Amino acid sequence: MTDLTDLGVKAIRDGVAAGTFSAREVAEAFNANVAAAQDALNAFIVATPEKALEAADAVDAARAKGETLGKMAGVPIGMKDLFATQGVQTTAASHILEGFTPEYESTVSANLWKAGAGMLGKLNLDQFAMGSSNETSYFGNVISPWRKQGSNAALAPGGSSGGSSAAVAARLCPAATGTDTGGSIRQPAAFTGITGIKPTYGRCSRWGIVAFASSLDQAGPMARDVTDCAIMLESMAGFDPKDSTSLDLTVPEWTDGLDPDMSGRRVGIPKEYRMEGTDSDILESWDNGIAWLRDAGAEIVEVSLPHTKYALPAYYIVAPAEASSNLARYDGVRYGLRDLPDGANLQEMYAATRAAGFGDEVKRRIMIGTYVLSAGFYDAYYNQAQRVRTLISQDFKAAFEHCDVILAPTTPTASFPLGENSDDPLAMYLNDVFAVPASLAGLPAMSVPAGLNKDGLPLGLQLIGKAFDEQGVLNAGLAIEQRAGFTARPEKWW
Amino acid sequence: MSVDRETVAKIASLARIQMDDAALDRMVPEFNGILAWVEQLGEVDTSGVEPMTAVIPNHQRLRDDVVDADPLTGGGIRDKVLANAPAAEHGFFGVPKVIE
Repeated sequence: MTDLTDLGVKAIRDGVAAGTFSAREVAEAFNANVAAAQDALNAFIVATPEKALEAADAVDAARAKGETLGKMAGVPIGMKDLFATQGVQTTAASHILEGFTPEYESTVSANLWKAGAGMLGKLNLDQFAMGSSNETSYFGNVISPWRKQGSNAALAPGGSSGGSSAAVAARLCPAATGTDTGGSIRQPAAFTGITGIKPTYGRCSRWGIVAFASSLDQAGPMARDVTDCAIMLESMAGFDPKDSTSLDLTVPEWTDGLDPDMSGRRVGIPKEYRMEGTDSDILESWDNGIAWLRDAGAEIVEVSLPHTKYALPAYYIVAPAEASSNLARYDGVRYGLRDLPDGANLQEMYAATRAAGFGDEVKRRIMIGTYVLSAGFYDAYYNQAQRVRTLISQDFKAAFEHCDVILAPTTPTASFPLGENSDDPLAMYLNDVFAVPASLAGLPAMSVPAGLNKDGLPLGLQLIGKAFDEQGVLNAGLAIEQRAGFTARPEKWW
Repeated sequence: MSVDRETVAKIASLARIQMDDAALDRMVPEFNGILAWVEQLGEVDTSGVEPMTAVIPNHQRLRDDVVDADPLTGGGIRDKVLANAPAAEHGFFGVPKVIE
């Protein structure tokens, strides 16, 4: 019999609907994989096998009664621990929220449960989604299931959605939620040979997602292929009156619209993304992507995004500024950790609580954010960064007058050993150099696996689309997926 | 521009993050490293450019002005609001004494 954990979202959903196997069998198989891998990979902060079974039984019962099943019916998924889940601890991987058990459910997770998905557990991540290697979690590093050929060194699964990427790559779940503020879906997807899409800003409700940088935060699916991402995104997206930036638009049937024929489509290649220091393997895989899309019928055009080099520094002003404001809510009063030294007053309690509860990277970003928003520096730093952000957005608008979708690498390197960049914040930030511009412009962007580098590690290609054009991104992604023929998976060592 | 230890201590105080001498010693060079790096934004000519306010054009909506329009965000759920408080007492959030 097929190992059910080798199946993706579509295969599971269709198999459950057809009665080839039950949703319970699927949930049991994935629950077993989650439990067996926990010590080695640390992908989950909390496993919820009973939730997965409960949802599966509901789907099996609905099927037995002949009811119409949802788009994700019978599919157990991992939930990034940034989404509030009612009755299940939600930590953002921070000590300051340890033990926090929401009384409410995030809109995105509620949408997924309504579509018939079940929860295998809460996935580990970088603390408050701040990081690119999953080394800032209070609950320990996530270990990538991938290893370099001939080495047992622990590698980064990417971040911040590192639990999500590791779990999907290791077959602990067929799909997982991610969130992307400056690359946190795409970079981990690229590092682990999976597919992930960040939709247009506003497609998925932010309500119930622990806030990091509200003008950038956007949820999206991470799964094994483009079709599975399209199915899951349809279930996650939708207008939500509880999020003031939610897009009041009908969710398109992206799955029905999937079409890998690129005839008549123009693919832009941004010349500024050919940066010094980019691995030759990455440049080679980019050239492969160009050839694949040309083979699919696309016309390839060079485009220019002149402010690309300023995207990362602008991001590291805007995102910390918003974070310093959003994270002001952790005060030891309303929820989460309280550290009350003997005789401390209220102000001292705030400072002690935040010192004890936040990790180093979170503190660093709150401090930078506080500084750039402080009197006398606001215009020089924050306003200048927001002006540069306008220019970056205008760059994309101008480029999309000459092309329909942009192809670029997702990351400047493949996955790196844990610890390699953790002493140097700036080196770590550079991981997101190709991912951040689309985030600043709010555009839909996806990473699809493109092959392996010479060490046997996965590489991703990124597709960036016009606002609201997830379909164009998914279609170009599918054209690449069909030609890349990526079937590699990590050899099981855990 | 480089900031001194005193400035970093002031920022930590504004951010309500307690920092001892060792933490400040670590933070000052990191802080200056990041600031030196973001300084490059100063090279960009942004005269006449409006700062970004909304990345995707959208309009601000107002909800209907009625109580409990949405039961999740309406009132009457005191115990749920207090459920995760580290020191809830008598239906309130408990804090150290603030009035002498």
